[in-house]
Amino acid sequence: MLSWPILSVTTFLPLVGALFIMMLSGEGEVEKRNARWVALWTTLITFAVSLVLVWRFDAGSAEFQFVERRPWIAGTINYHMGVDGISLPFVILTTALMPLCIIASWGAIQQRVKEYMIAFLVLETLMVGTFCALDLVLFYLFFEGGLIPMFLIIGVWGGPRRVYASFKFFLYTLLGSVLMLLAIMAMYWDAGTTDIPTLLKHGFPAHLQTWAWLAFFASFAVKMPMWPVHTWLPDAHVEAPTAGSVILAAILLKMGGYGFLRFSLPMFPLASQDFAPLIFTLSVIAIVYTSLVALVQEDMKKLIAYSSVAHMGFVTMGIFAATTQGIAGGIFQMVSHGIVSGALFLSVGVVYDRLHTREISAYGGLVNRMPLYAAAFMVFTLANVGLPGTSGFVGEFLTLIGTFKVSIWTATAATLGVILSAAYALWLYRKVVLGALVKPKLAAIKDLDYRELITLGPLAILTILFGVFPKPIIDMSAGSIAHLITQYQTALGAAKTAASAAAMLVK
Amino acid sequence: MYQAIVFLPLVGAILAGLITLAGARARFPGGSPVAEGHDHAADHHAVDEHGAQRHDAHHPTEPAAAGSRAAELITTSLLFVSMILSWIGFVSVGFGQDVHVNLINWFTAGDLKVDWALRVDTLTAVMLVVVTTVSAFVHLYSIGYMVEEPYRPRFFCYLSLFTFAMLMLVTSDNLVQLFFGWEGVGLMSYLLIGYWYQKPEANAAAIKAFVVNRVGDFGFALGIFAVFMMTGAIDFDTIFAQAPSLVGKTIHFLFWNVDALTLICILLFIGAMGKSAQFLLHTWLPDAMEGPTPVSALIHAATMVTAGVFMVARLSPLFELAPTAQAVVVFFGATTAMFAATIGLVQNDIKRIIAYSTCSQLGYMFVAMGVGAYSVGMFHLFTHAFFKALLFLGSGSVIMAMHHEQDIQKMGGLKDKIPFTYTMMVIGTLALTGFPLTAGYFSKDAIIESAFVSHNPMAIYAFGLTVAAAALTSFYSWRLIFVTFHGRPHDRHHYDAAHESPAVILIPLAFLAAGAILSGYPFKELFVGHGVETFFRDSLRFAPSNHILEELHQVPYGIALLPTVMMGLGFLVSWYFYIRKPALPAELARQHEPLYKFLLNKWYIDELYEIIFVRPTLWLGRLLWKQGDGRIIDGLGPDGVSARVLDVTRNVVRLQTGYLYHYAFAMLIGAAAFITWFIVRAGTG
Repeated sequence: MLSWPILSVTTFLPLVGALFIMMLSGEGEVEKRNARWVALWTTLITFAVSLVLVWRFDAGSAEFQFVERRPWIAGTINYHMGVDGISLPFVILTTALMPLCIIASWGAIQQRVKEYMIAFLVLETLMVGTFCALDLVLFYLFFEGGLIPMFLIIGVWGGPRRVYASFKFFLYTLLGSVLMLLAIMAMYWDAGTTDIPTLLKHGFPAHLQTWAWLAFFASFAVKMPMWPVHTWLPDAHVEAPTAGSVILAAILLKMGGYGFLRFSLPMFPLASQDFAPLIFTLSVIAIVYTSLVALVQEDMKKLIAYSSVAHMGFVTMGIFAATTQGIAGGIFQMVSHGIVSGALFLSVGVVYDRLHTREISAYGGLVNRMPLYAAAFMVFTLANVGLPGTSGFVGEFLTLIGTFKVSIWTATAATLGVILSAAYALWLYRKVVLGALVKPKLAAIKDLDYRELITLGPLAILTILFGVFPKPIIDMSAGSIAHLITQYQTALGAAKTAASAAAMLVK
Repeated sequence: MYQAIVFLPLVGAILAGLITLAGARARFPGGSPVAEGHDHAADHHAVDEHGAQRHDAHHPTEPAAAGSRAAELITTSLLFVSMILSWIGFVSVGFGQDVHVNLINWFTAGDLKVDWALRVDTLTAVMLVVVTTVSAFVHLYSIGYMVEEPYRPRFFCYLSLFTFAMLMLVTSDNLVQLFFGWEGVGLMSYLLIGYWYQKPEANAAAIKAFVVNRVGDFGFALGIFAVFMMTGAIDFDTIFAQAPSLVGKTIHFLFWNVDALTLICILLFIGAMGKSAQFLLHTWLPDAMEGPTPVSALIHAATMVTAGVFMVARLSPLFELAPTAQAVVVFFGATTAMFAATIGLVQNDIKRIIAYSTCSQLGYMFVAMGVGAYSVGMFHLFTHAFFKALLFLGSGSVIMAMHHEQDIQKMGGLKDKIPFTYTMMVIGTLALTGFPLTAGYFSKDAIIESAFVSHNPMAIYAFGLTVAAAALTSFYSWRLIFVTFHGRPHDRHHYDAAHESPAVILIPLAFLAAGAILSGYPFKELFVGHGVETFFRDSLRFAPSNHILEELHQVPYGIALLPTVMMGLGFLVSWYFYIRKPALPAELARQHEPLYKFLLNKWYIDELYEIIFVRPTLWLGRLLWKQGDGRIIDGLGPDGVSARVLDVTRNVVRLQTGYLYHYAFAMLIGAAAFITWFIVRAGTG
């Protein structure tokens, strides 16, 4: 272990950067430039620090690592931080994508640059904190706090319908979080602590499990988002600025999946098993339904947003299959989707910055003048399709193979998604990139500039690298997953024994 | 050495890919998205009117991309090295030992362990020589054929990358790597069909190929899942070792209890049907002819489309235990053989005729696989690769001579203009129709004979259809030759300008022609005769009750002669129709208009799919979007609520500072404070 509180540093470094930006003053352009540079350096340093986590992380252990613990409020609530194999991948995903988001906003954001950068840095703190928090209250504050900067990013720097979109986003999420809050209180009253590692071992009574599971589900299902509470996502994406969409798709959606893994499955195993059919049904509907809807979209961002919902369907399905492959696939799918959907939104941003429209029909034949863009977009499209050799395949494959053992029905219906995803993703690519370049507005369009190459290049490389060699991520979480499943099975086994004993007594 | 065979094409593809990207960057330097005053580049590169039609007319308006020659030489020479190594491997594995190379672990999750590995047994070795040989000659041929294309580095990158994916497919030692190669070749097929990306038909055909293949892959993927569920493994050795213990076990699949092995085999076979364009999933193959002709030869004739056949052969230990699945394979194989041949009778596009012929021949191979004559099917795969690649490349030479005309009705009399190409095409046709002593004669007749002696419930059906299809094959093949090369020229202008192709095109033709003759007799013993057991060893498994290879040699003389008779019959009718009485075909078509239309329109299957799949899917998508998401979910949920909230806030906003987000801040911070207070109180109290 390290002698310094690395998790706190990773979490709060962006906040320090934000304070620094806040204190900046200067004339218009100079101030903007300084704000951008400070934000970029802050995120880069944070990323570098988080790499130390990877380096020092012991993947063989299922315990929480780099743990920090200080008394905080009223003697019962602690400032308790730590990561295990389930949370670490998301921490790295967050810190890695953040610099790319700052770069992607470099030229696109010209209004209120200082405030924009502050919002992003605060958001980073809250997101990293969510994944590191080991106390329910702390988690809740980070988790819900993340709403505010995102709400502002959409509401202030968004498109024409930004107010509608941000309110829709806000309403949905708030509804879920109120219910989660109730559940947190109920858990506290039952267990007498809000300490997550303690709660993981607590063993809640069956009836409480049911209600708490449902309350957490309300919150996480919205974040995920699962059908039918997904309709905020397309609107939020469409209106959000490019970097906002990237963060929303890549990180914020993952909080739902992370929540399911951290709370629902291990703390409420009985309820998880009871509700698995519900999750399966909703997941399958999400995959098929939203894929069909994606087929007929006219707006690039909406199409990708709907495909995100479909991809998250694989995640929820895999998690609640509660098999090693299902959960490993779910985690991997989330990381992969973070890279791929982030990159897809960046790709939309590239052409949006040039033409200021997301209408699919406004484009066509971009390959004729933007060959590098076409190549990068192809890689991400294929990953979205789940082609073997890209990261998109591994997650989909693992979740499906893990679910097939548990529910053949679910896996079979979900596999239909592979046909539909090919249809909508390739259709989008064809309409935007292929064909003859005949639209006059596109005649002088330029290929990627160096800043866009810096953002899309690494993501393209990672997409292929993790497709061919996904081991670093899968192995990172293997120990924690094994531990999680053992606990889950033990809890179910104990309940079964108790039930049969009770049945014996009744007889 | 085996690593080199597989990875040299990848190296070539990467180098050619880098050349492509560098050239593209040089041509279109990037620029900031924000317009900066006067745009110089736009003046030079503004879309010229020719740009849009450039590829349709195949007239270069741009100079070749930088590094074109380098990309060609690198990829082609690496492929030739790979080819030579493959033949060495063929001898050393076929007459020696199997080889197994473990490269690296791909991923491991619990008991699911997937490795990158190379498994080279005789079955693989046969595929290696087929793939690398055809690919090497197609690379060479493309240097000549694509000479007018400006973006050659990209083309050669794709060709080599395809070859790599195909090699990964055939060397796989587990189902997941097989799937990787499988989808990889599908991707390259997509990219190569859509190579002329300005043509809408090419783009449509490319997507169709990918999506139809995905329908097959849906089955394939489910098959893999089922295998993993039943055996707990996805590598061939473990699966095959466990297969006998699966006999009699059932899976509750959807609504039924089904025999596990039958289900697994049929699911996997659905994948094979997609890739090998079998009846019902065949619709993409004719459209795939939108791609450049060398692509048709390599991917859509000799290699990729045979992947399904290879898969069944590779999984022979499973199929041997699932007789129902075998009957299904025979049924689809025989149906396809006949069905595609009937369509081939009336097509006029030179490449589409050969495409339907390919489809039909793949049906033959599946008949052999289904009746358990695996080595016989592999034999036909082996010989077919040579003569079908020859026919495609030959037709490419014809198309070049005719200035990109593909309609045989506009050709005629070309034999005097391009005698070398003519000779090559005749050799290919002889082999395809099974003229005695050519390669096709040995392999195709063996398939028909195995269908005759088989005890499969579908064997009679298959025997009848394959014999009939043999006559049709002969008819349409000779029709192609007669209409294209004999008679009077139908388009004087094109005819006068017709010219023989350069040596770089003719040399590959000559080599493949040699293969079309020599791949038959010398290999007969190894594939059909008594050498099978020592040659293929464990790479193909014949059940103890499967004696088809012995029975094959005891067919009555009349049956053995029958395919040859059919071939002669087809030839005679074709000769009568197109040489003796050239007016007769049109007359017949008029008399039997509905039948003619039915065949010309490919049994209306595309139209049928449009009605039962494509349109309802889009309709459903629109319904779910506008009604499901729009009216029901949003209407009942957030819109109702948020409309109210918006009303309120808008007023408040107008009243106060005008910044909506201040309120959001206040609201959330308030909520957070409230929560904290509540919990603290609960904690202390």
